Amino acid sequence: MTIPWDLFAIQTVNGIVTGMILALVASGLTLIFGILNVVNFAHGELFMLGAYVGVLVLATTGSFWLALVAATIIVALFGAALQIVTLRPLVGRDPMTTILATFGISLVLQNYALWQFGPVARKIQEPITGHFTLFYLDYPWYRLMIALLSVAIIGGFWLFLKYGKYGIWIRATTQDRVMAEAMGIPVPWVHTAVFAIGAGMAAASGVLFGPLVGVDHAMGLPWVLKAFIVVVVGGMGNLGGSIAAAIFISLLEAYASIWVSPSQAVIVSFVVLILTLLFRPTGLFVPTPK
Amino acid sequence: MSPPKPSVEPLVQVEDLHAYYGKSHILHGVSLSVGRGEVVGLLGRNGVGKSTTLKSIIGLVAARQGRVLFDGRAVTGMPAHKLARIGIAYVPEDRRIFHLLTVIENLRTGLDRDGVSESRRRQLLDKAYAYFPVLAERRNQPGGTLSGGEQQMLAIARAMMLEPKIILLDEPTEGLMPRMVSQIRQIIDVLHRDGVAILLVEQNVPLTLEASQRVYFMEKGEVRHQAVASELDVNDPVIHQFLGI
Repeated sequence: MTIPWDLFAIQTVNGIVTGMILALVASGLTLIFGILNVVNFAHGELFMLGAYVGVLVLATTGSFWLALVAATIIVALFGAALQIVTLRPLVGRDPMTTILATFGISLVLQNYALWQFGPVARKIQEPITGHFTLFYLDYPWYRLMIALLSVAIIGGFWLFLKYGKYGIWIRATTQDRVMAEAMGIPVPWVHTAVFAIGAGMAAASGVLFGPLVGVDHAMGLPWVLKAFIVVVVGGMGNLGGSIAAAIFISLLEAYASIWVSPSQAVIVSFVVLILTLLFRPTGLFVPTPK
Repeated sequence: MSPPKPSVEPLVQVEDLHAYYGKSHILHGVSLSVGRGEVVGLLGRNGVGKSTTLKSIIGLVAARQGRVLFDGRAVTGMPAHKLARIGIAYVPEDRRIFHLLTVIENLRTGLDRDGVSESRRRQLLDKAYAYFPVLAERRNQPGGTLSGGEQQMLAIARAMMLEPKIILLDEPTEGLMPRMVSQIRQIIDVLHRDGVAILLVEQNVPLTLEASQRVYFMEKGEVRHQAVASELDVNDPVIHQFLGI
């Protein structure tokens, strides 16, 4: 069998692009899990909601960039309100209650979107429409741009975590919630802020990805499913691990779809998930605990 | 013998405090007080509720009954993060350094508060580095890579960043080398001279008697006895009665 190098190169680009956007969805999810200990089943709906807010702002203002920023901020604020109303009262209860709560939120949001916007997918017009030639393909610049923007958002967030006052609060709370509290860090508000940041990141990815898939009430589902796989494979709550896992899995899927159909290639993610759970249940990209 | 009263006005007063871990009743009505700038020892066998008393004061264990007054104001049930901001610092038994945060980041958890000017921050850091030069050397090293003694210093320095009126100090010398123990002892004196009150839980009886002005003895979740530290020595029958040594 000869290896189709051109396809390989194209799929590498595709894999990295999809991987970066997936990383953006997954980092919000893993952050929320790592700090609030909440498995957020409504994450895909925050992604969807972001895309819809993007559609509306774009329709009113005509500016994609304004739509991106507005969707991020509005959904982040919405996420903060959601966390205060539904998750904060559940602190200290059985983790099952938060799973039910976020699952309930996801149903409500999905059906709200269906009721409000109808079943027909809306379109977000991409801000740049040019192509460049990748071997024999016309490859859209926009795809590369999403990857770069995802890198920029994740990078900016990483810098904030590393150097910002509130970033240090978030990291301290992740490591030892009780001691963080004793050091005067308002832990309940850190939780709210983290949920808001995760929601905002999901919304941003929704707007960025909108032009490629169309915006409908169920658009979050495949993404959140894949994001969950990424979060588990990367090590629950481990930001760097999730990013690595997002790229890793997207590349594997992209390569697999050279030989099988893209819908069959999804199987690869599940195989990776199962193997991870069997042999490295703490995650592929975490140092082996000593 | 009439119980010795704090010679200064009380900073922390604990009155008839009851606390539980799940269903087990740990504190059965603890009452004690610590004066402004006073160092008070809390002695007793393992499991009599000394650590729980400290945790109840800082709000990490809920009081089921009784109350805590700080600066004359009832603070029972106030969340720990608010108590930390009004002047109660806590140095737990297991130190609880933020392992993945660097030394300076650990200190920043206490420094990054509203109303701390840049020059004040500098002063507080310089003071901590002057007391604990090793922390200055390791400022960019993750807390988890420090030795046990260094972690204890970091835990105390981190508490000092809050500019507390009182530090609740739980077993600061546990597991430390003798050289480190005497350094902790000196730091207690320095804090005392700076006017910081300390409620000290410690297994090291001679150190507690030297460092404290008064000591309380706990048994079965209650304070059973108190004494002026300078009037006790290690062989006192009271020590034997409550600590069995």
